[in-house]
Amino acid sequence: MSAAALIFALLGLAVAAFLVARARAAAFAGRRVFASAADRISSIHSRPAYHGWYVALWALVPALILVLGWSLVGEGIVADRTIASLPAESRPQTALDRQAFLAEVRGVVSGQLAGAFNPSADAAVPVYRSIKTQWSLVIAGLAALLAASGGGFAWLRVRPHFRARPRVERFVMVVLVLSSLVSILTTFGIVLSLIYESIEFFRRVSPFEFLFGTNWSPQTAIRADQVGSTGAFGAVPLFWGTIFIGAIIAMIVAIPLGLMSAIYLTQYAKPRSRRIMKPMLEVLAGVPTVVYGYFAALTVAPAVRDFALSIGISNASSESALAAGVVMGIMIIPFVSSMADDSITAVPAAMRDGSLAMGATTSETIKRVLIPAALPGIVGGVLLAVSRAIGETMIVVMAAGLAANLTANPFQSVTTVTAQIVQLLTGDQEFDSAKTLSAFALGLVLFAVTLCLNIYALSVVKRYREAYE
Amino acid sequence: MNDMMATMTANAEATMSAPKMTARDVKVFYGEKQALNGVSIDVHSDLVTAFIGPSGCGKSTFLRCLNRMNDTIETARMEGNIELEGHNIYAPDMDVVQLRARVGMVFQKPNPFPKSIFENVAYGPRIHGLSSTKAELDTIVEQSLVRAGLWNEVKDRLQDSGTALSGGQQQRLCIARAIAVDPEVILMDEPCSALDPIATAKIEELIDDLRGRYAIVIVTHNMQQAARVSQRTAFFHLGTLVEYGDTAEIFTNPREQRTKDYITGRFG
Amino acid sequence: MSSARIQTDWASPVMQARVRRRYAKERRFRFLGLAALALAGSFLFFLLGTIFSDGYTGFLRTEVKLSVEYDAFELGIDRSAIEGAGGENALNTANFQGVMMAAATARAQSLGVAAKDIVSDGAWLALREAVRENPDLIGSRVDVWVPTSGDFDLLGKGLVERDVPEANRPVSDAEIAAFDRLKAEDAVRTTLNTTFLSMADSTSPELAGIWGAAKGSLLTLAVTLLLCFPIGVMTAIYLEEYAPKNRFTDLIEVSINNLAAVPSIIFGLLGLAVFLNFFGMPRSAPIVGGLTLALMTLPVIVIAGRIAMKSVPPSIRDAALGVGASQIQVVFHHVLPLALPGILTGTIIGMARALGETAPLLMIGMRAFVTDVPGGLTTPATVLPVQIFLWSDEVARGFVEKTSAAIMVLLVFLMLMNGLAIYLRNKFEKRW
Repeated sequence: MSAAALIFALLGLAVAAFLVARARAAAFAGRRVFASAADRISSIHSRPAYHGWYVALWALVPALILVLGWSLVGEGIVADRTIASLPAESRPQTALDRQAFLAEVRGVVSGQLAGAFNPSADAAVPVYRSIKTQWSLVIAGLAALLAASGGGFAWLRVRPHFRARPRVERFVMVVLVLSSLVSILTTFGIVLSLIYESIEFFRRVSPFEFLFGTNWSPQTAIRADQVGSTGAFGAVPLFWGTIFIGAIIAMIVAIPLGLMSAIYLTQYAKPRSRRIMKPMLEVLAGVPTVVYGYFAALTVAPAVRDFALSIGISNASSESALAAGVVMGIMIIPFVSSMADDSITAVPAAMRDGSLAMGATTSETIKRVLIPAALPGIVGGVLLAVSRAIGETMIVVMAAGLAANLTANPFQSVTTVTAQIVQLLTGDQEFDSAKTLSAFALGLVLFAVTLCLNIYALSVVKRYREAYE
Repeated sequence: MNDMMATMTANAEATMSAPKMTARDVKVFYGEKQALNGVSIDVHSDLVTAFIGPSGCGKSTFLRCLNRMNDTIETARMEGNIELEGHNIYAPDMDVVQLRARVGMVFQKPNPFPKSIFENVAYGPRIHGLSSTKAELDTIVEQSLVRAGLWNEVKDRLQDSGTALSGGQQQRLCIARAIAVDPEVILMDEPCSALDPIATAKIEELIDDLRGRYAIVIVTHNMQQAARVSQRTAFFHLGTLVEYGDTAEIFTNPREQRTKDYITGRFG
Repeated sequence: MSSARIQTDWASPVMQARVRRRYAKERRFRFLGLAALALAGSFLFFLLGTIFSDGYTGFLRTEVKLSVEYDAFELGIDRSAIEGAGGENALNTANFQGVMMAAATARAQSLGVAAKDIVSDGAWLALREAVRENPDLIGSRVDVWVPTSGDFDLLGKGLVERDVPEANRPVSDAEIAAFDRLKAEDAVRTTLNTTFLSMADSTSPELAGIWGAAKGSLLTLAVTLLLCFPIGVMTAIYLEEYAPKNRFTDLIEVSINNLAAVPSIIFGLLGLAVFLNFFGMPRSAPIVGGLTLALMTLPVIVIAGRIAMKSVPPSIRDAALGVGASQIQVVFHHVLPLALPGILTGTIIGMARALGETAPLLMIGMRAFVTDVPGGLTTPATVLPVQIFLWSDEVARGFVEKTSAAIMVLLVFLMLMNGLAIYLRNKFEKRW
């Protein structure tokens, strides 16, 4: 019996248990109309439906956990047993062989393959099939047993004064708590997997080398014996490229445009034009990054190169830092604008009125009162924007190139942390090579830096908001 | 003070039926701040009891203890003993849901659910399983609306939203909602403070009609209202119960100087 | 420090000039603000304009009229074989390629070019479909419209710059001459490109379709929605309605706020390390993509859910508690229904973000070259944004319009989703 069929059977069982238990509880209550809640409670504590839920949950949940657990680990157990039962000489030797072998067996069993290429895999098919059937029967039996005993146990507790509702509600509460654990688990999953793989990497390449080396060419560093002496994993050019594109060029575009947009929208624009302009910025924010990347690579980058050539820069690259940075800046404009918008509107109107009442013009008020007052909020917003820009991937993958240059020339090609992660982990991967693992070390640096930026920026913004509340 | 309370309670018990709810030495803390310093009071089933006192005196806090609505405030902590017909309502085996079904509440601001008038009244009977057919539910809803004096005004538009009614009607809808589960005690937390005088008069009439069927406790900052609707009055000041007795007694011949000062308008 | 102070003479020329200067500054500042917005707006229109003008031809294709001989011998099948029991099999093994080649070669020779210059590699598929529809065709000779080669397609859409020297353009002079002759004979036409809307990726631009990637996106998003909506809503309920203030709750909150700002590529690394390497789930599969995107979207839904529930006034909760509803009933009967529009709006916005997300999916191998429309949650698939990324890397000129057309498809989906979110927000927005 497949897991899906089993789950459906269990669900059916649970529905039946619900109906039966509810009917029984209703029979206990005897009457159907009650004068008051106290009256009802004295004849049956919880409404019949809660008794039904109680029994159904006991019948369903333990068995369901078993079946779901089996569907996670069952395939592995069946595979182990199958291979163990084969004669030693026909067992696959390496992990890769094993994978191919099992894929063939499963293909034949499911009918996708007419026959296996590997004769020993062909021989393993009936074994696999019988072991799988055996185990499925065992699990189905266990599930039935669990459902019956759980349901039975709950059934025996259905009594007029049994408090079914608080128990059902406690179950709901447990489910709520469990789901809120998912986000913690995700955070831990990120931190642990990044750290684990990074430690593997730092066993091969010294952290000092990685953080301070200026030569990055991972493709040549497959020679494991030369680790630490080749200098191929010096990530400084990547860090520089990331900062150059994300924190410098993009911000030079995004900060003035975003800030001035926010100022115009909050201080000058009439409600009608605001209704048109704000959605326009939202659309700009909603365009997927891959579209920006395509636009940068296809339209902006050639234009930038032509411009560079026309002003006499001969070594201009077609994948320039400038093109990627400018497009990234455009992408960030709505973000900066909305953060600045929030900060400016949070400044109490009294401050603004105070300045205007003295005869200051609107622009003088903005420049000398509003902006200084809103500055912490704006700075926090800009830091969040920087964090977003340095974590942005597709634009730099498509437009910034892969050459790890340590240059401040915006017409040259630089590469970034995110672009390198994509480059390292796509295409042909050598498992556990320093090259693959270095992507996780880069990921760890990226995660740590963006995390610090976010925490700091959020605390700045929060403190600022509280100051005016 | 406590001695006096005891004798007073004894006198009351001699003249009236056994109290519906008794509170002994109730203290409430919000975090570090103490909001009530040992309040003891009896609530009788056939009377309207009014709590009066200046704002911040703890009368609403005490009212919310009587059906454990203070449980919803995280920092609130309660000491002392409150019993409903001899059962401690803060005992671990007391189901707070049952308690609130037996001790209903009407709030300061009318707060109908954003659902139809019918659904507003039917909600309590539904969650408590008081009926199993539509016809039975219809009967309960009609009876409750009749008792709340709202039936004639809304019987043709039971499916309209409860929030579309006028303020006074909304408050009577909330009362209908509270009595739909036929509670033993109804707590009213300044039920008229958000209403105009005409609506207020209607609610006061209604409270008078409901007396005898339910024990009613009403918090009010309006002394005339307390005098009009209640038989017993408790005066709170700075978290302390200053005086508790027959309404007529309190308003004409208060024992405490502070009570006298308050009802004559010297502070408050 | 003199206490005497001269009265300001506002009417003096000096002051007048000063005021004028201040007003000029004011106007300049105001203009700068408008210019910033106008610049941002023109970027947007330039971007969308470029995409549209490059992309609309991707939905069209050029067809050429050929005279085809459905020769039973050449095909290796006859009518009875098609109508018999194994008809489908017979059709699939029949030599339509040969018949197509013969017809194309005949035509090409008369024009002085090669057959592959005229017709697409996949043109024979049109013949098979025709015979499947109408087996009577076998043994007859008919005129058939079939897709042209990529070069002819460019010519048909006028995308070839003819005055560029031959060496610098993809299309040779001979091909241009042949095309012009066909055009003069009315033997070429432009129609709707059904291949693009119904097929998956291909190495030749004229055979590449977007449906495979669209379905991959659909499957992936289905997994994402099924996971992150219930979990997100339940997390929001717990945090907003029940969670006591303690270290554990703080940890959850900090986690969620930070996950919302973690770069998306980090989720890809997580998916690669945990789902693929640790749990051994299949590469390139929608289920893994969906899982990864669900983790990324979860904080969006939780935050939107909490804001929506926070805006439900506490008096509603009091009212329900007051008639004896339990904590759970209060939330599920009152708070959740009232917050649902807000939660749904947040969910749709989160899903729209997931739909446009590329980087994490590259990490878990969804950049595979997939020529079949994916059938299930574990079959290799790609998604719309990744398809755009892959096509943008293609050298063939024909892929430029395909990329832009794919972007248009993606943007249409995004617009529909955001439109729905705005509609929901406006329709159910409640002011308390």
